[in-house]
Amino acid sequence: MSPDFLNVIEVILNGLMAGIMYSLVALGFVLIFKASGIFNYAQGVMALFAALTLVGFQTGQVPFAHLINATFGTDVHHWGSGMNTFLAILCTMAVMILFAWLLERIVLRHMVNQAPIILFMTTIGLAYFMEGFGDLMWGADIKNMDVGLPSGGSFWLEDVTKGWASEGSEYYGMYIDVLDVWAAGIAILLVISLTLFSQYTKTGRALRAVADDHQAAMTVGISLRSIWIIVWSIAGFVALVAGIMWGSKSGVQFSLSLIALKALPVLILGGFTSIPGAIIGGLIIGIGEKLFEYSLGGMIGGATENWFAYVLALAFLMFRPQGLFGEKIIERV
Amino acid sequence: MSESNNNAGRTGETLLETKNITLSFGGVKALTDISFDVKEGEIRAIIGPNGAGKSSMLNVISGFYHPQQGEVWFRGEKRGPMKPYEVARQGVARTFQNIALFKGMSTLDNLMTGRMTKMHTNIFWQAIWKGPAEREELEHRERVEEIIDFLGIQSIRKTPVGRLPYGMQKRVELGRALAADAKLLLLDEPMAGMNQEEKEDMCRFILDMNDEFGTTIALIEHDIGVVMDLSDRVVVLDYGCKLADGVPDVVRNDQAVIDAYLGVSHES
Repeated sequence: MSPDFLNVIEVILNGLMAGIMYSLVALGFVLIFKASGIFNYAQGVMALFAALTLVGFQTGQVPFAHLINATFGTDVHHWGSGMNTFLAILCTMAVMILFAWLLERIVLRHMVNQAPIILFMTTIGLAYFMEGFGDLMWGADIKNMDVGLPSGGSFWLEDVTKGWASEGSEYYGMYIDVLDVWAAGIAILLVISLTLFSQYTKTGRALRAVADDHQAAMTVGISLRSIWIIVWSIAGFVALVAGIMWGSKSGVQFSLSLIALKALPVLILGGFTSIPGAIIGGLIIGIGEKLFEYSLGGMIGGATENWFAYVLALAFLMFRPQGLFGEKIIERV
Repeated sequence: MSESNNNAGRTGETLLETKNITLSFGGVKALTDISFDVKEGEIRAIIGPNGAGKSSMLNVISGFYHPQQGEVWFRGEKRGPMKPYEVARQGVARTFQNIALFKGMSTLDNLMTGRMTKMHTNIFWQAIWKGPAEREELEHRERVEEIIDFLGIQSIRKTPVGRLPYGMQKRVELGRALAADAKLLLLDEPMAGMNQEEKEDMCRFILDMNDEFGTTIALIEHDIGVVMDLSDRVVVLDYGCKLADGVPDVVRNDQAVIDAYLGVSHES
């Protein structure tokens, strides 16, 4: 095989991996949008917050250390050597569930029957609140995330692919980050289990029922409030997974919340109400932007990855506004 | 041929009682001082012209509206202000005038949601889908299949209900309410917009439900002929006030009812 061909394959594979990372964030959006019709602008910040909290627990940081020190003139920063990773993940999940519960009690409860735009504005407020709150709680410095996932290039793959190239050509093998492969595996597992849960369990059925019709859901004895707590907890869990993956890849920093914006074109492509859509949409965007950059990027000055996804989404909006897998809106008249 | 006679001996104790219910939206009075009861095992009809407050009454019973005054008693106990889902968990199921089904879900899934109040395994067992959760699913599935047989909707078990014709959707909604094995079934215009054949089917289902399962039913209906045939007792509302209450034969001959609603003397 010619090195050029192998390069294209490498670009596609890397695009797939990047796409899965986008999908992880988009998934959180879809879950909440399906169940409550709220476009949760704060999903990216939730991922950031979850990652901050996880690192905080792992390294044994004292929450609100700056605040405490400023108020009482003390100098606390760490309460010990921290927890092991597994325990820290459990504790972070508990924090995310607590957060979902508080959110329902303090905010969402008062927003019942409000227009979607008001709920959307609420989540924008929530995003800024959480960003500030995370900053206050764990500090603004960039943190390293290490949950024990392997990372770095795969030498095995490099060796294997080196053998594929035709004799005498200068080819050094494919570079694929093992962390990306792990992320892909975990994302697939996550989607499968979420799908099974929503298809075959009572709570899953209740989730779908609420997503379908609030009024009908209430008449069959479903409490909207407890469903919302469950949905936001699941979204918190997805955010945690996304936070771990993105955090391990590029460090836990506040720009993490901006990856949420990349989920927007993913959603427009896949449809706001489809879980498979979020996955396929992410993959198309991931592969699309990498291939575009590889093939045409050089001609038009590069850095096309910054805007390619949005242009693709725009084109999609013109021809298929409900996305690839979204529900087509048909009004019976 | 009044069906009410068949049932006369079977109605038992008072299941639901509303006492002096008054409901208003801002300055508009929807219900004024309404009291009536539903006895166990009977078919109770609420009739009245458009805007008489029939649906408001049903919404009060099922917890969607909260009256400013008055009390609702259910199974001998006074009910506090309840949310609709709490009412449902107490054993009151209902249908809506303008069908409220889960349109994206299959008939089977819609009926399974009807069993929601009867399922108790916690989220942990559900997540691993073994042990109690699996047993529970299968058990409820059996009951749902029974209802599917009863309503004769085997052929649309897997069809998303949004695709079904209107009459079928009404039937599925009835099935979902029935699946709750409720102590009290509230039907808001179960025959609205149906053709003669569909109406007859629906009538038969309502009577059979009452007969076979002993379900207590309170229903709102416009079709006077149907109401008089179907129900054991009828309460008549007009402009939010109660006009008459009693067995069909008495209500039919009540002068106030004739004036307000029937217009002409109804031959029997």
